[in-house]
Amino acid sequence: MALAIDLDTRAIPAEPHHAAATERVTLAVENLNCGGCMRKIERTLDGAPGIANVRANLSAKRVSVAFDPRRTGTEAIIASLAAAGFRAADLATGTTGDADSADRDLLRRLAVAGFAAANIMLLSVSVWAGLASDMDMEIQSLFHWLSALIALPTIGYSGQPFFRSALAALKVWRLNMDVPISLALLLATAMSLAQTIRGTEQVYFDASVSLVFFLLIGRYLDQSLRSRAKGAAQNLLGLKSGWATVLNDDGTSERLPARALMPGMRVLVPAGERITVDGRVVSGSSDIDEQLITGETLPRTVRAGDTVYAGTVALTAPVEIEATAADDATLIAEIGRLMETAEQNKGRYVRLADKAAGLYAPLVHALGFATFLGWLALGAGWETALTTAISVLIITCPCALALAVPAVQVAATSRLFKHGVIMTAADGLERLAEVDTIVFDKTGTLTRGEPELTNSAEIGDDTLAAAASLAVASRHPYAQAVVREVRERGLDVPSFKNVAETPGAGLSRPDDSGAEARLGSAEWCRVAASTLMSDAASEASLYFVSGTGRPAVAFHFTDALRPDAAETVARAQRAGLDIALLSGDREAAVRTAAEATGIARWLAGRKPHEKIAELEKMKAEGRRVLMVGDGLNDAPALAAAHASLSPASAAEVSQIASDGIIQGNRLGPVIETIAVARRNRRMALENFAIAAAYNAICIPLAMAGFVTPLIAAIAMSASSIIVTANALRLTTARLKL
Amino acid sequence: MTALAWLIPAALFLGLLGLAGFLWALRSGQFEDLEGAAYRILDDDDEPAVADLPTGANERSQS
Repeated sequence: MALAIDLDTRAIPAEPHHAAATERVTLAVENLNCGGCMRKIERTLDGAPGIANVRANLSAKRVSVAFDPRRTGTEAIIASLAAAGFRAADLATGTTGDADSADRDLLRRLAVAGFAAANIMLLSVSVWAGLASDMDMEIQSLFHWLSALIALPTIGYSGQPFFRSALAALKVWRLNMDVPISLALLLATAMSLAQTIRGTEQVYFDASVSLVFFLLIGRYLDQSLRSRAKGAAQNLLGLKSGWATVLNDDGTSERLPARALMPGMRVLVPAGERITVDGRVVSGSSDIDEQLITGETLPRTVRAGDTVYAGTVALTAPVEIEATAADDATLIAEIGRLMETAEQNKGRYVRLADKAAGLYAPLVHALGFATFLGWLALGAGWETALTTAISVLIITCPCALALAVPAVQVAATSRLFKHGVIMTAADGLERLAEVDTIVFDKTGTLTRGEPELTNSAEIGDDTLAAAASLAVASRHPYAQAVVREVRERGLDVPSFKNVAETPGAGLSRPDDSGAEARLGSAEWCRVAASTLMSDAASEASLYFVSGTGRPAVAFHFTDALRPDAAETVARAQRAGLDIALLSGDREAAVRTAAEATGIARWLAGRKPHEKIAELEKMKAEGRRVLMVGDGLNDAPALAAAHASLSPASAAEVSQIASDGIIQGNRLGPVIETIAVARRNRRMALENFAIAAAYNAICIPLAMAGFVTPLIAAIAMSASSIIVTANALRLTTARLKL
Repeated sequence: MTALAWLIPAALFLGLLGLAGFLWALRSGQFEDLEGAAYRILDDDDEPAVADLPTGANERSQS
């Protein structure tokens, strides 16, 4: 592919000659990490039938493919990428593009301001040199008029982002950092124009245009940081497979990706699982946690006929719903929510910075006005007084202060997105930075949470299917392993609507014979102690009873550790963190896992409330605990801990209870998250200090009249750029815990 | 002073030329993948026959 062709076939969807014969799709690719991957992806797809053009984007971790819809489709493209070892997913329509165009818009305005600033500076320097020697008044005036000619349209165009933002703030009777900037810009420009017409020397077009130029640099850095974070969030959500159990009319059920849900489909939502689609309850009744949607912490009870929204969680019992909307619209809303957490910056430091900036903005105007009056009172001419006041307005603008902390938070969030960590709590990072003890859950956290049935040969198809009819309603890993086994054997899972789950014990439903069918712990199924003795060799078991008098059937499982569990624990211990293992599982299994990972402090067989008690005990010892857990039974513990993380495979209740979610099957991101959180705290304080020091030095100088508007413009924008650039370091810095 | 009559327009013209060049580059998407561009110069695959070979043969012909 020669360069010229590359440019020609580039991804501008509106190009008419593409729109005619081909469609274009943008896929997020999880493991597109290097130049080699990029080449491999392009080679893989280039030769495939029906594909017109492939372009991998390493920075965005995306591939843009133009294809002939009659010869191939998105699914086929994703499948051929999967065959080459790349996990790809379609991005929801409507989620791509806006961030990109905002970036480009700022860059265009920046370019225009740069051009104008350079040329006006050229003219200004000539005038300054002319003042020292013998420049004619006419030439000086000509240069001023030329400057005005360049400056006025530039400020009109490049200054728009500031004017718009200031206007929006003023409309609701508030002051933001763009108000003093806009005021200073307008004052300086208007005064310069008046002085140009009068033919005097106090002309500051150079200051206004430089101010716009340098401020736009800061804005652009900030914007690109945000759009990077947003792009990473979109990729993550595209790849995050929301699945739903769809009930077919013939009584069978199948797992479908949430993206494939259509209005009218009936979906079974097990207790503890998130509802993946907007819909109406057909049968069942459950308490629904709507915190994510409404912010309401008290659960709402829904019955048949009630409307439920995607993103809410069925807490107490499985419900069956009929989808009323497709998934794409919901996904866009979810991205919006995620980005709000990243951008709205409600973290403690950010709130503090917001408050400071909020108090500071009126102060800026007061200082500017006081300077103007003060200089007039001291007998200076109005030009000098106004010029000094403009300098004060520019130099005291709280931009650096307002950018200092949010920029760091966005950089930290963006870095975590890249490592597959989604922070869901706004102040989660700050609490994570204070952590000194990590408590892991075992099943699904230290282990993969995908146990395998070890004694499947002993279990008949009918028993398995009957057990699966209960298991399908639960997110418990053993239950899911039973369902997987049924699917592997090619059997259908019969669906029942009245399955109830008791966290920490098991599942039950009324049997045909009037008795109860139960699946769960030995205690739950009332298995005789003699049977248990012979099962003791197995690491973990589940029992199934149905009808009266029939013996319980045992299901035995093994659960492998996550590949980097031992390494992660060792790294955390080296960094001086205390590690503990707190599990509801039985002692033998917990001991094995603790020994394999090198955790000395472990406790087995803990019920949810006992886990909380353990956490409270640690808190009393003065520890700040990070709880990493995944199960339905961990949710209260996650909420009780100082900070919490859960893997993406976790029950939705736990994901909502925790401060962050880790994607992928590795535990390493836990360490990365703590490292980023600590650096986030340090950098926020650093930036705060930079901004404060800058103001302390510059304001007195400006009020005393030592600073011309041009110097003020450069000093102020330099401080903004310094704090943003400092924050940007966080996205690439090597971090050690 | 007559020098100014053409020096200033020339300076402005050159500046505008640079600006136009940048805006064109921005439009044609050259700033979309700054990381990837660094690797693309290492990937010289303008021999059309290469794409038809199996992957293994591909790697060898590159080295």
